[in-house]
Amino acid sequence: MSWVTKTFSSTLGRKLLMALTGLFLIIFLIGHVSGNMLLFKGDGGQAFNEYADFMTTNQLVKALSYLTYISIIAHVVYAIILSVVNKKARPVGYAEVKASSNSSWNSRNMGVLGTIILIFIVVHLQNFWAQMHWGSIPMVTYESGEYRDLYAVVNLAFSNIGLVILYVVAMAFLGFHLNHGFASAFQTLGLNHKKYTPAIKFIGSAFSILVPALFASMPIYIYFSSLN
Amino acid sequence: MNLTLKVWRQKNNADKGSFNNYTLTGISEDMSFLEMLDVLNEELSEKNEDPVHFDHDCREGICGMCSLYINGKPHGPQQTTTCQLHMRSFKDGDTIVIEPWRASAFPVVKDLVVDRGAFDRIIQAGGYVSVNTGGVPDANEIPIPKRIADEAFDAATCIGCGACVAACKNASAMLFTSAKISQLAMLPQGQVERKERAEQMVAQMDAEGFGACTNTGACSAECPKGISLTNIARMNREYFSAVASSENV
Amino acid sequence: MILDSKIPAGSLAEKWTKHKFNMKLVNPANKRKYEVIVVGTGLAGASAAASLAELGYNVKAFCFQDSPRRAHSIAAQGGINAAKNYQNDGDSVFRLFYDTIKGGDYRSREANVYRLAEVSVSIIDQCVAQGVPFAREYGGLLANRSFGGAQVSRTFYARGQTGQQLLLGAYSALSRQVANGKVKLYPRTEMMDLVTVEGKARGIVTRNLITGAIESHSAHAVLLCTGGYGNVFFLSTNAMGSNVTAAWRAHKKGAFFANPCYTQIHPTCIPVSGDHQSKLTLMSESLRNDGRVWVPKTIELAQKLRKREILPRDIKDEDRDYYLERRYPSFGNLVPRDVASRNAKYVCDEGRGVNETGEAVFLDFRDAISRDGEDLISAKYGNLFDMYQQITGENPYQTPMKIYPAVHYTMGGLWVDYHLMTSVPGLYALGEANFSDHGANRLGASALMQGLADGYFVIPYTIGNYLAGMPYDKLPVDHEAFRSAEKAVKDKIQKLLGIKGKKTIDDFHKRLGKIMWEYCGMARNAEGLQKAIGLIQELKKEFWKDVKVLGDNEELNLSLEKAHRVADFIELGELMVRDALHRNESCGGHFRDEYQTEEGEALRDDENFAYVAAWEHKGNDVPEELNKEILEFENVKLTQRSYK
Repeated sequence: MSWVTKTFSSTLGRKLLMALTGLFLIIFLIGHVSGNMLLFKGDGGQAFNEYADFMTTNQLVKALSYLTYISIIAHVVYAIILSVVNKKARPVGYAEVKASSNSSWNSRNMGVLGTIILIFIVVHLQNFWAQMHWGSIPMVTYESGEYRDLYAVVNLAFSNIGLVILYVVAMAFLGFHLNHGFASAFQTLGLNHKKYTPAIKFIGSAFSILVPALFASMPIYIYFSSLN
Repeated sequence: MNLTLKVWRQKNNADKGSFNNYTLTGISEDMSFLEMLDVLNEELSEKNEDPVHFDHDCREGICGMCSLYINGKPHGPQQTTTCQLHMRSFKDGDTIVIEPWRASAFPVVKDLVVDRGAFDRIIQAGGYVSVNTGGVPDANEIPIPKRIADEAFDAATCIGCGACVAACKNASAMLFTSAKISQLAMLPQGQVERKERAEQMVAQMDAEGFGACTNTGACSAECPKGISLTNIARMNREYFSAVASSENV
Repeated sequence: MILDSKIPAGSLAEKWTKHKFNMKLVNPANKRKYEVIVVGTGLAGASAAASLAELGYNVKAFCFQDSPRRAHSIAAQGGINAAKNYQNDGDSVFRLFYDTIKGGDYRSREANVYRLAEVSVSIIDQCVAQGVPFAREYGGLLANRSFGGAQVSRTFYARGQTGQQLLLGAYSALSRQVANGKVKLYPRTEMMDLVTVEGKARGIVTRNLITGAIESHSAHAVLLCTGGYGNVFFLSTNAMGSNVTAAWRAHKKGAFFANPCYTQIHPTCIPVSGDHQSKLTLMSESLRNDGRVWVPKTIELAQKLRKREILPRDIKDEDRDYYLERRYPSFGNLVPRDVASRNAKYVCDEGRGVNETGEAVFLDFRDAISRDGEDLISAKYGNLFDMYQQITGENPYQTPMKIYPAVHYTMGGLWVDYHLMTSVPGLYALGEANFSDHGANRLGASALMQGLADGYFVIPYTIGNYLAGMPYDKLPVDHEAFRSAEKAVKDKIQKLLGIKGKKTIDDFHKRLGKIMWEYCGMARNAEGLQKAIGLIQELKKEFWKDVKVLGDNEELNLSLEKAHRVADFIELGELMVRDALHRNESCGGHFRDEYQTEEGEALRDDENFAYVAAWEHKGNDVPEELNKEILEFENVKLTQRSYK
């Protein structure tokens, strides 16, 4: 085995991949949430649609998007591998476990949370991303040119209360996942310092609340707008 | 006080094992948990039944030999070793569930006794400074800042009991391994072999079949010596920089 | 017989250096042809095994625990002495030597003690090089403290866990040699017998504690590093598994047992709380630096305390008897261990003990806390206070600690010469298992020093002198000597399993412990000792008729393990009592009521008893024969200890 494969088949190497892909996805979330904030602009969706167009056509963004796909896949694949390793490390379980006394629920259930989030991602991609790439989307014309009206698709989708609830709930799970994952990634990378770790933990907590909350506010906002 | 014990009994490694229930009466709250088990064993002996086998030695909380997963927690409800756990932590009428450490790297030997030889092998993989007896410099020729010495000491207080592995949902030995890697990575004496040590000890840890870390913090929360999670971060750092920069291809 | 301790000639300070030159060496290429067995992996065993393997010898290391790191050296709290004189306070090799000889009440061998003091400095260097995290000053250099009433600060420490850190250092050196393939480890394996051929130690017979397999191991030399025998008292600060079996069985194969009656009783242990008690916990002696020892002046007040009608803080100063300060104004609470222990016994015997059992005195931090503040006291003793609270449920910041003496260390052990060789050629004893360096009483922080001195810096030299004269060929393990030893072990096991009596092993052990504590404990007298011999002999008969050993040999069997150990303790107990009875003087840890000064201090008889009593086994149920090693003091003047 070469040193590279050896490293990435060690527990620490695999954990490193989990952390790096996780952190990349966190950065992706920042971009995603910032762009989507254009939904609140109240300009009838022009800025949002222009942004959506940019995101699907720009070559650099395209490269980044492939990195995102790879990250998601790697994050999932390594999570499965590690879960199998971890399961094998304790073939016989305990009759009684008081895990809540020594660790938080989300830290112990990252796999469950991740699975739910993965299902959500599939649904989410199917709702919008697939529509944007291959679906038939109405066109809209602004001064700068003709665009696919994703804004309309979004508005239509989130007038459905069921989908809104699904999204809000999924964001809660994302929040829990991030709440552990954010600081945990830094710990795994070995970035632990008396001065900075408290700040990382604080930012992680804030991030895990703020970002999912912003995401969740979008379908809610659109749903209530659609009622008027 | 009167207690019901639900104790894991397993004749040997090949045996499947099961729980047995025992009732004990007249237990004093001044007894240590192991003294309570001594009472049980005396009673079993009198009835010609095989006593419950469990590991223990110093009964001062330092040798690390005692184990026992008690009521869903390694070493029981207090953050201490089982030998330092006293019956005043329990109430009259309690049912106490006692299980062995559970990990594939810690096979059960008998009843509550497990084989922790994996820990020895991890240390053998590099948990030392390679100096022979004699021919070393004067002790004061190696000045070490007090803060570093204290922090290295904190890592070095690990007693190798295995509670971290028992507590971890992944049966991971990262806290144990990282404590030794940390101690020697911080001290000047450990610098020469720093990279090899990290690579080899982690490799051995994996080879023993311990799980990976998911940073739940259960290990540190249950560690009788309060070994900090900082050590795991340091081990990660040591390992990554070692594999990236060492000459071992 | 008068024993020859093979002390080299020359002046005290030059003996070891010259002798190192005079001893025979084994050629480096030939070292790998020799095999050495090391039994026990504490400080002495682990350091010896590692050092010998580094030299090139093939080593087999045995321990009964699941890992070498568990050996009871790990529990030593206080520190390790070394004559480094880092503090510039007048320490020197000679001063450490002198203090140790004096502290041992002039019953140890000058040459050995000097060598111990001499190599003490190297021990610290070695441990630091291994990465042992000793306490340090802000400047980065090593810190020292004064310990056990020493007048100089020569004790190196790692918080209250010095033994742990030193043992883990030795264990790491040992682990390195295991990885190198020079040491083969046998954990969970107990030595059952020594095998001798033509009078020389040639191997051991062991029992695998998991499978019950009886196995023979052949070697060119055998090192017993098996610790002390304090568990003969049942209750002691020793680990539950600490035992005399290896040493005792070697004794029965010809190794003399020296000064068995010298036991050290540590004054500051947590008192017994009831019959269920399985072991005693030591609180570091350093507590006496700030704590004041007292009991109520009157029996009435003590009785009220015991019935919990009053609390310690209700007792006014004028009703308190700070008896150590009263009797020893200059040393006060810092008198040596034996003096502090005996005085605690006296006040409790008068009926002034302060807990339910009447066997406890107070160690009070009230004044220290009001003088220095709780923070400072907590910084010094926090972990000890926590430990105390964990065990007793009482908070020592608010109410005085209760303490009582407990058996802690045994100065006696297998007799060894200057080379650490026992009276059986090729059999060595190191650390607490031998008798050599502490005389009748050991100073605080000297046990760790001796264990490591023997293992790191003495045996690597002296063993070569013996091995150089040995043929390379090992005896095959199917040699008649091994066969018969194995058979004897198996027979003994079958005998124990076959008794199927009614009484449990612990029952015998507890009864033995009570006899020993009562008649051969802190203070002894001829009448009591005579009585004890009878009691022990009866107990022995009863044991072999009525002990209940459950289970089979071919499994992990705690009853069987304990049965072997208790059987040996019973025999040792009788020898201890005989030794105590024959020594018609008081010295250090051996205090005979009949021999005391008017002030109640130990009264030595240097004219008649300045010797080591080395007992020779002459067969079962035959009295042991006394051999003497005359102690000659050329460099110190024998004086009466006084701590007034």
